[in-house]
Amino acid sequence: MTRRIDFHLLGPLVALIGLFILGALLNPAFLAPANLSNVLARSAFIGLIAVGMTFVITQGGLDLSVGSMAAFLAGAMIMVMNWLAPITGENWSTILIGMAAALLGGVLAGWVNGALVTKARIEAFIVTLGTMGIFRSLVTWLADGGTLSLDSGLRGLYRPVYFSGIGWITWPIIVFAAVAILGEWLMRHTRFGRHVEAIGSNDRVARYSAVDVERVRLQTYVLLGALVGLATILYVPRLGSASGSTGVLWELEAIAAVIIGGTALKGGRGRVWGTVVGVLILSLIDNILNLADIVSPYLNGAIQGIIIVLAVVLQREKRPAEV
Amino acid sequence: MIRRNLLKLTVAAAALSMAAGQALAQDAAAAEPVVIGVSIPSATHGFMGGLNWHAQQTIDRLGAANPNVTFVLATAGDAAKQVADIEDMLATRDIDGLVVLPFESEPLTDPVKQVKAAGKFVTVVDRGLAEEGIEDLYVAGDNTAFGRVAGEYFRDNLKAGGKIVVLRGIPTTLDNERVEAFQAALEGSDKQILDMQHGNWNRDDAFNVMQDYLAKYPEIDAVWAADDDMAVGVLEAIAQAGREDEMVVVGGAGMKEIVKRIMDKDPQLPVNVTYPPALISSAIEMTALHFMSDAPMAGRYIIGSQLITPENAERYYFPDSPF
Repeated sequence: MTRRIDFHLLGPLVALIGLFILGALLNPAFLAPANLSNVLARSAFIGLIAVGMTFVITQGGLDLSVGSMAAFLAGAMIMVMNWLAPITGENWSTILIGMAAALLGGVLAGWVNGALVTKARIEAFIVTLGTMGIFRSLVTWLADGGTLSLDSGLRGLYRPVYFSGIGWITWPIIVFAAVAILGEWLMRHTRFGRHVEAIGSNDRVARYSAVDVERVRLQTYVLLGALVGLATILYVPRLGSASGSTGVLWELEAIAAVIIGGTALKGGRGRVWGTVVGVLILSLIDNILNLADIVSPYLNGAIQGIIIVLAVVLQREKRPAEV
Repeated sequence: MIRRNLLKLTVAAAALSMAAGQALAQDAAAAEPVVIGVSIPSATHGFMGGLNWHAQQTIDRLGAANPNVTFVLATAGDAAKQVADIEDMLATRDIDGLVVLPFESEPLTDPVKQVKAAGKFVTVVDRGLAEEGIEDLYVAGDNTAFGRVAGEYFRDNLKAGGKIVVLRGIPTTLDNERVEAFQAALEGSDKQILDMQHGNWNRDDAFNVMQDYLAKYPEIDAVWAADDDMAVGVLEAIAQAGREDEMVVVGGAGMKEIVKRIMDKDPQLPVNVTYPPALISSAIEMTALHFMSDAPMAGRYIIGSQLITPENAERYYFPDSPF
């Protein structure tokens, strides 16, 4: 085999750098710290979810319910806090209870998905297609078809969780970075990560090697649920509201980010850092299209589609004959 | 046995009613039972949530006041479900009239035509069918006026050379009509439209687009958010950039929180343009009137778009509505 640049590994990174250069050329405002901060903070919701999704996809599963789950958790979290506000007061303890409720709700929702897949042995696609509809209807029902809004006093207190941080590096960016680093460590350097990859490569061999396949699978769904909860905690302070249109299509964005990042959709090979690159590519495309009037806004979706396909083509797997 | 007894009962009842019938003949004609089917999209965003609420309110009120009128309400999440709903209403509920807000024009045209062919009274709301002359009554908001009223406000009230950014809705003919009327109203004036991007009538999308506008343009005097859900996202992005004093925001459709702020003379939100979700109430009332009175109810009824100002805002404020 000749030595050449391994696009397989570096494809997404090359695409990301290309986008950066393109953005800077098209509009100098692109590189302003305020703009980069906006883009990174926006990426955090999908980013956290996509890191969790990397584990689920790597073990050979899928979760379509995450966008609806985020909307449902946001609605439930707002209701819990509004209900508590007159009892515990408009202070941080109320918000912390709300945060705990979102995390706990995420863990529970993830466990339900995982249990239906591993214990009831239903296809992950079908299970999560079902829960996607359930969560979406629940939030619409909770909001009575309208919008759930957080109590304005709590809102004022909670708002800085999205909008401030250390200078330009706001809290969503910090949390996203921390979760990405932890996720990469979990995938590469722990027994859990190795088991996840082993199950995705060949679950039968993994089972013969004494890996508790069902348990590890369940754990990936719970981990994803917890990360959806964490994303919700960062999402609610931004607009202080949730409705039936919150988080629509987040699941597809998260899955696209995972695949762009080099994780195989059929499982067995997970790259958390690649997922992070994938998430950044997706939000940079949006940002650049808004900043530069290169194409009709009607074509935004097409440009995104082309870049997603290109990123995956660059790092497609070699066929067995070439190895 | 039971059946035979039942038959006897029916015969007895018929004899009774015949005896009573003579005296009550005139009342009976007026109080003949009427079934009206109402088919609307489900509450997926703020405006539709308000529309669902107003539909339910009207049905409850009319049903209580007129015991002989029965309503069948069905909400659909997509066009296919709505087609099925309407077919069921015709086949199993034996409706006399249908009030329908088509999810999409094309797929609903034929099913509604079938209802008309069966001799029922058909009222089409807000979105026209693909074929003309099917409906007896057409009730709709005025999308052209919706754009024109906002455009005229900017033309007459912004400072000379004022710069406007526009957030568009989901790409549809409805959105095109509004935007074209808005542009036409500004044509020939010294006001300038800097940019138009799609915020998809969604708070989060509008927040992202507005962040990018703020990064891109150092000078903005006005934002036409064209929808109050989008206005909420826009206001948050402006607050984040600390540019509240530089620009005014004009939304649309009259969300209660926004109308409240106009009532309170918020300088950032000087006016709003109506596109009332209560138009479904007009449609249901008029359809019911068709069966209950001799007043002619056929034709086209277009509800104008009004400018909400601090002076008249109270009339447009519905604190109990979810929207």
